[in-house]
Amino acid sequence: MTSIPLLPARLRVVLSLLLLAAACSRERGASTVVEFWAMGREGEMVQELVPEFERRLPGVRVRVQQVPWSAAHEKLLTAYVGKAMPDVIQVGNTWLPELVALGALARLDAWMAASSVVRPEAYFAGILDTNVIDGGTYGVPWYVDTRVIFYRTDVLRAAGQTTPPTTWDGWLEAMRRIRERGAPDRYAILLPLAEWEMPVILALERGAGLLRDQDRYGDFQSPPFREAFRFYLDLFARDLAPRAGVAQIVNLYQDFASGFFALFVSGPWSIGELERRLPAAMAERWSTAPMPGLDPARPGVSLAGGASLAVLESSPRRDLAWRWLEYLSEPAQQAAFYRSTGDLPARVGVWEEPSLRESPSARAFARQLRYLRSPPKIPEWERIASKIGEHAEAAIRARATVDEALGALDRDVDAILAKRRWLMAREHREAAGGPSE
Amino acid sequence: MTRPGGWRDGAGASLGGRPRWMNPAYGFVMPALLAIAVFFFVPALASVLLSLTDFDIYAIASRANLRLTWHENYARLLGDPLFWLALRNTLYFVVVAGPLSIAASLAAALLVSARLVRWKGLFRTVLFLPVVTTLVAVGVVWRYAYHPRIGLLNHALGALGVGPVDWLGDPAWAMPAIILMAVWKGFGFNMVIFIAGLQNVPERLYEAASIDGAGTVAQLRHVTLPLLAPTFLFVAVMTAIGYFQLFAEPYVMTQGGPAHATLSIVLLMYGEGFRWWNMGYAAALAFVLFALILALTLVTLRLRARGPSRELAT
Repeated sequence: MTSIPLLPARLRVVLSLLLLAAACSRERGASTVVEFWAMGREGEMVQELVPEFERRLPGVRVRVQQVPWSAAHEKLLTAYVGKAMPDVIQVGNTWLPELVALGALARLDAWMAASSVVRPEAYFAGILDTNVIDGGTYGVPWYVDTRVIFYRTDVLRAAGQTTPPTTWDGWLEAMRRIRERGAPDRYAILLPLAEWEMPVILALERGAGLLRDQDRYGDFQSPPFREAFRFYLDLFARDLAPRAGVAQIVNLYQDFASGFFALFVSGPWSIGELERRLPAAMAERWSTAPMPGLDPARPGVSLAGGASLAVLESSPRRDLAWRWLEYLSEPAQQAAFYRSTGDLPARVGVWEEPSLRESPSARAFARQLRYLRSPPKIPEWERIASKIGEHAEAAIRARATVDEALGALDRDVDAILAKRRWLMAREHREAAGGPSE
Repeated sequence: MTRPGGWRDGAGASLGGRPRWMNPAYGFVMPALLAIAVFFFVPALASVLLSLTDFDIYAIASRANLRLTWHENYARLLGDPLFWLALRNTLYFVVVAGPLSIAASLAAALLVSARLVRWKGLFRTVLFLPVVTTLVAVGVVWRYAYHPRIGLLNHALGALGVGPVDWLGDPAWAMPAIILMAVWKGFGFNMVIFIAGLQNVPERLYEAASIDGAGTVAQLRHVTLPLLAPTFLFVAVMTAIGYFQLFAEPYVMTQGGPAHATLSIVLLMYGEGFRWWNMGYAAALAFVLFALILALTLVTLRLRARGPSRELAT
């Protein structure tokens, strides 16, 4: 405090009080802060979009907090319990049902009805649907993840196939030929053990419901799931896929380049990884294709994944939060975001963007995005999914027959859903008018 | 086994008739007791209560969704095949890795302490290094070493004419792989304790033994090992307690797979509690594990207390 020694003490006090008051009033009058939590790389790149929003709405500031993906789920739950939620969050769309069950998210339907930007028809239907829970919309798709087939064009051609297979039969036949021509340690396809995605994708294509009676019981012994499950197990029984878990695949992209397997099933992030990690000479030797299906006229279905933007119910500035969400959903921002992250846009129109239209590896995704199915939208789903992976692994390792594995899976899933059944029964009793006991 | 009450015997006399609660010792231990109460006993009590409920994600949303289920979590646990599998895996790990690790520590300690060895400090440091290395880094390196096609270990086995082993992918080999890594990672710690124990063995006993004509092996059996008994006890109990809580190794290396072959009780508990938010069930698991460890520790201490080398140990 030696900076203003010439002034008398009293004046100094008055001056500093004035300064303090000025600082406070500027804080309060000129800026409302919208807190936004975004995960991983998205949290880093979205910062570029902030200045334009702040320019449009003077006095509003956006504070982006970057949360690593690995800690995100836990952080969201603890923030909810500790009442420390931000105003807007990025959320993986499989987490939405859980957050909705907690009552953490604001219903967006009223805002959407009044918005000229966030129109339902602007989005891929399958991906928008993952945000609709019990008739209410709780999130707006930000970017999409789905799974398609990545394949080695040269290996497929050597096996006498110039175009990627489109039907299950053609797919099986192509894999059989690849396997016959290759060395013993050159497999047709990589399907990491204990991953639930592949059996579920196949079952959804078969038309399996996965759960039954308003998602109150497992439905894994039903014929559609059983048929898909058998088809999946068969890939291992015929030795088309190595019995390798995630732990053994130290470097997926290297193994793909070396020819350990010719096909794998993955999401858009693998495009960037392959472009970055494989030598330039390999660039011409791989491509992507939509999932094969049962109907030759269309691709098979795949999972509707990705991330959404959601407004927190607890936020005191929900309208402003919605403005930020709406801004991020504008086609121009979606295109800019694609260019900086490589995340595939959830809006149909943005796919007209030249860099997307002309990318051969993105083309398979463009087609696949019209054939998406969402897994059951209940908070217990992730747990059920991991059980599917576990029982599938037991069956692949011949530790259980198909009947035993599916029976055990149904039993496990019924146990997981016990609480849900109790809650639904209570709700039913209350709705029937009787006082709950 | 600590026995409280050391001060109490003489308390009456030295306090000169003041009531017992005014003993100034209370003032000294109070901060520590308070800290233990707040940070240990209260949470422990809370988790006992938690284990009697079905606390889950729905209960976070609303207290009305919380049910008091009393013993149901424990009953479910006893009927859960995964719990028994995890218990079996954990016991497998404790029974095999425990003795192996102690034997490795003792052997290393004897070697490092041997009179002929030079640069003892260097060896001690090098053998201790794995203990202070981050487990995640170690896990990544060992995953490469265990790789079925490009791994160092299979290369070495191949040179010996042994076919490739799918270390982390074969349910039969996954636990041995975890054990090998855990022993390598952890033996340095016990080695240091054994070295300290060895330094307490008086030189004159060896001299007397060699005058009586005892060779190296006889000296080891009749002098070194009996005198190391208290160290053994400590090392065995601490190792067993630590190994019962097997978690980080399978978490980093296998995530409990393949086919649950490396699923330990703590890993199961972690999954139930922090992945799926079944806090009630996870708390019940924690208590069963606590009871197991307590029982085992008591049995070990009782056995040692009755053991033949008691007079040497004290």
